[in-house]
Amino acid sequence: MTAETEAILGEIRAALPDAAVSMLKNPGPAAQHSLLVGNHDLLRVATFLRDQVAFDLLSNVTGVDWPDPKKANASAAPEGEGSPAEDGFLEAVYHLYSTSKRVGPLVLRARTADRDQQVQIPSLVSVFRSAEFQEREIFDLFGIQFAGHPDLRRILMWDEFVDHPMRKDYIAPDDYEYEPTPHDAVLEKAKRHYPAES
Amino acid sequence: MAIDPQLAADLKSQGVHVTSFEQLINWGRSSSLWPLQFGLACCAIEMIAATMAKYDMARFGAEVFRPSPRQADLMIVAGTVTKKMAPQVVRLYNQMAEPKYVIAMGACAISGGPFKEGYNVLKGIDRFIPVDVVIPGCPPRPEALLEGLMTLRDKIAKEKLMGKDRARHADPKGAASFPVPEYGPHDLQPVANPSIWKPKPLVREEGGGE
Repeated sequence: MTAETEAILGEIRAALPDAAVSMLKNPGPAAQHSLLVGNHDLLRVATFLRDQVAFDLLSNVTGVDWPDPKKANASAAPEGEGSPAEDGFLEAVYHLYSTSKRVGPLVLRARTADRDQQVQIPSLVSVFRSAEFQEREIFDLFGIQFAGHPDLRRILMWDEFVDHPMRKDYIAPDDYEYEPTPHDAVLEKAKRHYPAES
Repeated sequence: MAIDPQLAADLKSQGVHVTSFEQLINWGRSSSLWPLQFGLACCAIEMIAATMAKYDMARFGAEVFRPSPRQADLMIVAGTVTKKMAPQVVRLYNQMAEPKYVIAMGACAISGGPFKEGYNVLKGIDRFIPVDVVIPGCPPRPEALLEGLMTLRDKIAKEKLMGKDRARHADPKGAASFPVPEYGPHDLQPVANPSIWKPKPLVREEGGGE
């Protein structure tokens, strides 16, 4: 997919010269490179990819929590523009396919400015309708606010829930009994759950 | 007054059937259990298979799955009870008419199963409603559900309708409905009904584990 991704990046740069798009190389054997798109240009790039490059299927949208931006850049070093945040960010990942050209997945990534206040990313529902429920799921589990989403509510957890369970710093409720022989991380949790008799 | 079993057998050989009101009622109840028609996960597929021709739950009088809790007297909790679903399950149980029985089918309904350490799954439906029969398995085969059903039939056949150790539904003080948990900001509130469920104490082995 290396050559295709570079060709698509060239097409985007030719058509939208002012768009902030850079390629993130995946150093692993899968070599599934991705395109990091700036938030202001995400809608334009997605519309261009749908209409001009025939990426007609949005198959998957998911999120990533990067509390440590160094790790994000170590696993996928950006070319050109650096990462926008110093103290961690959230990321939405879109997988696009072209059913007519039989190309894919093209991976688009968009990042929030930080993990607390500026967690907005423009919604792609107006370009790909199939993003609606998946963006709701990311909003529910990661807390990314999709600007322009028509119905941004929680989809898996209940409305009164306040946490975002897929974030790395989420603490799950300690509401279960442990097996008689816990070990490793579960043992540490079990020790906190059942303080040893003194 | 108890019937002498030898006398009853002798009379039966002569064509006279001697029984008690209690036995007659329990026989009727255990022979026509009407389950509530709902499924929560993959265990429901096995439950459906158990009702079909190959396993034929109709042999035990329990094939009439009712779409309304008002007409059902057996709740088969077949599958993973998420915390989002738990209040609805408890509410359905409360809406069933007495006498009512609960079968917890599969690892998830018993304890949360493989999702026990997760954030979104209830760690056993027995935290909110009383369970009569548990069927382990992931999912249990249809034969296991039939075995659970027969276990429940035996349990009903032995139920006392009067006296100190009478069944819950025959006791005027026995609870017919249980509090429905509320959605909280981090978890269900309360996380369990303390009147019917107590956490098990951790067994610490001598000199080990620490």
